[in-house]
Amino acid sequence: MVLAALLCMGAAADPADRLRDPGQEARARAIFQEVRCLVCQNESIDDSEATLARDLRQIVREQVARGQSDDQIKRFLVDRYGEFVLLRPRLNLGNAVLWGAPLLVALFGLLLWFGRLRAVAENAPLSEAEAAALARLAESGPQAQAMPTHDP
Amino acid sequence: MITEIGSFSLVLALAMALAQTLLSGLGRLRRSALLAAAGQGAAIAAFVSVAAAFAALLHAFVTSDFSVANVAANSHTEKPLLYRVAGAWGSHEGSMLLWCLALTGYGAVMAMFGKGLRASLRASAVAVQGGLGAIFLAYTVFASNPLLRLLNPPVEGRSLNPLLQDPALAIHPPFLYGGYVGMSVVFSLAVAALIEGRVDAAWARWVRPWALTAWSLLTVGITLGAFWAYYELGWGGWWFWDPVENASFMPWLVATALLHSAIVTEKRGALAGWTVFLALTAFTFSMLGAFLVRSGVLTSVHAFAVDPTRGVLLLAILGLSAGVGFGLFAWRAPAIAPGGVFAPISRESALVLNNVLLSAATTTVVLGTLYPLIREAMDGRAISVGPPYFNLTFTPLMAALLILTPAGPLLAWKRGDATGVAQRLGLAAGLAVAAGLATLMLVSPRHAWGAAGVALGAWLIAGSAAELLERTRAFRAPTAEVWRRFSGLPRGAWGMTLAHAGLGVFVLGACFETTWKVEAAETLSVGRSLDVGAYHLTLERIDQVAGPNFDAERGTIRAVRQGELVCTARPERRVFHTGGQTTSEVAICQRGFSHLYVVLGERRDGAGAPVWLVRAYWNPWASLIFLGPLLMALGGAISLSDRRLRLGVARRKANAPTETQA
Repeated sequence: MVLAALLCMGAAADPADRLRDPGQEARARAIFQEVRCLVCQNESIDDSEATLARDLRQIVREQVARGQSDDQIKRFLVDRYGEFVLLRPRLNLGNAVLWGAPLLVALFGLLLWFGRLRAVAENAPLSEAEAAALARLAESGPQAQAMPTHDP
Repeated sequence: MITEIGSFSLVLALAMALAQTLLSGLGRLRRSALLAAAGQGAAIAAFVSVAAAFAALLHAFVTSDFSVANVAANSHTEKPLLYRVAGAWGSHEGSMLLWCLALTGYGAVMAMFGKGLRASLRASAVAVQGGLGAIFLAYTVFASNPLLRLLNPPVEGRSLNPLLQDPALAIHPPFLYGGYVGMSVVFSLAVAALIEGRVDAAWARWVRPWALTAWSLLTVGITLGAFWAYYELGWGGWWFWDPVENASFMPWLVATALLHSAIVTEKRGALAGWTVFLALTAFTFSMLGAFLVRSGVLTSVHAFAVDPTRGVLLLAILGLSAGVGFGLFAWRAPAIAPGGVFAPISRESALVLNNVLLSAATTTVVLGTLYPLIREAMDGRAISVGPPYFNLTFTPLMAALLILTPAGPLLAWKRGDATGVAQRLGLAAGLAVAAGLATLMLVSPRHAWGAAGVALGAWLIAGSAAELLERTRAFRAPTAEVWRRFSGLPRGAWGMTLAHAGLGVFVLGACFETTWKVEAAETLSVGRSLDVGAYHLTLERIDQVAGPNFDAERGTIRAVRQGELVCTARPERRVFHTGGQTTSEVAICQRGFSHLYVVLGERRDGAGAPVWLVRAYWNPWASLIFLGPLLMALGGAISLSDRRLRLGVARRKANAPTETQA
């Protein structure tokens, strides 16, 4: 971590490398933030001062200047360095759990909540017939047979 | 000699922790008050022994006794006193001793002030806490002893990493560990309750102050760490979704969920099983964090446990403790009664939703941190999970949670009145939308997300205020009545309001800073300038300065706004004598809540005059990012001072105890 921190000093802002067109430069910077510096520990090439990060920035800037789309540039990087280079994992079968699990946890939680509420519904106010039955039982005194309970 | 006494104390502490477990356990089994009291005595003795060992380590660091291996590896005579002291917990071994100090300290407090607790539950909890203490102390004594001597002591030490020589980071571990390890008490109470087979409102009432203490300390610890990253690493970021940060964030999220679910268990006897589950999970994540950070398993995704013995040992401790806890849970939980019933619109439901969303958010952090390992184990493919993943998953879940937050406290228990709440929050909602629209129009029409974030922050703050007005019936009742209600508000209510408002302050700062920060970088020779935002910065001069254990270049940079000098920034670039590492000392000019952040980079000697890479950031509202969490922690502290939660005052009177049939 410490080594990575040392290498990473907001390096992408170096004025020597910037593209002329501010629009293109902004696009390149956005891509930098999604590309991992492979030799650093856990940093994007936007932050890293490592030589490799500099090379990667060079590649991305060149491709942006040539008019390649974001997807084309990322595909190029993945072909060359593997999926490891992407800080935003792809949406594929291998990453299904990664992207899907939080949603599943939320859905499962909501399901449990609804389950709990159903128990509440069973404790809803008495229907008219039930109220009448209760009144009859109350009149006939405590020796009457036990009334149906609604405990959960 | 003092070091030897320390070593001896450490072994003694291990024996005391074992005695604590045995005596308290026997006291519980035989229902003997005498044995239980002896167990409590052992708990206090264990703490005193660890404290003695820790004092010995501090002494070795302060006196620079390089015959102690740990001191030789992490200290240096040139280091200022504060960092010699902080060096004691700057290494693996020392920080584990700090962990043990906190663990036994919490055990001692539990033993001393547990009078309100049922005797059997108390004895069980003290026994479990002793067991945890024994495991971690055994690890410290046998695998990670900070007090070992060197046969041939060096003349000079290797010094602490310069990046760690910083006031915020020096005090960051004590807070962080106070938080991490505070969860151990909650864990012990949960295991004890499962052993006893009784999870009721009185138990929840006992869990809350401990959870609140740990949560508040952890909040401060994480904030200090983020603040350190912000000004010490020197590129203006404060949260990187780094595994080490995530390791501290997981227990924090779970503790936040626990604080909320424990309220339901205490007030309504419901969610008892879930609260126990969270209590177990919080400390499990603390231990997972300790394992992840120390084992080196995440420094390189390709190697499992860089320090294999220790990594595996920590994993074994984690597996054993969590295994026992969750095993008991699986056995006992089905017998925990479901407790009171509630409607879809009710405070219970709001708190359940809070927990559902926090659980999902925790899942994103856990998976985001561990998935590279999981995927590699699955099919050997290496992938990365970085900030873009968390922005897409964590952020929307939290946004949903924050939208719901102000409604929760206004809803009644059992069956709430949605229309009434909507009416009461109408003004707050109007204010929030107005704040968002104003931001959109006045600041920048192109950043809709930033404006939405500002609206969300305003919503949380205004919603907290609305809740306060509602409780005091302000503007509706006579002034005397309002004042009576205002001064009669329990501290717990103040704490909650402040914590929710603090969250709003954080959201405001985080969204504003992230969206509208301005960055500029130029290579400047002396006399040249660059513009960042509305500020014109001129490099006036560069001086060579000598520090206690470093040499530095110090830039003097004048910041001018509309022809008026607003501040003189003096950033430094330091080169440390030992190891030759360089660090940059950032200069921050406080402008209201915003920061003008100036970094002096490397010197480049070219054909002409030497130039320096100067980077400057305009970080609007950056103070709020750190102020917000501090308000939240303050809210926690105020709640903690509430009579109802004060240690030892926990009333036995339990509304609707929910016993298990076990």
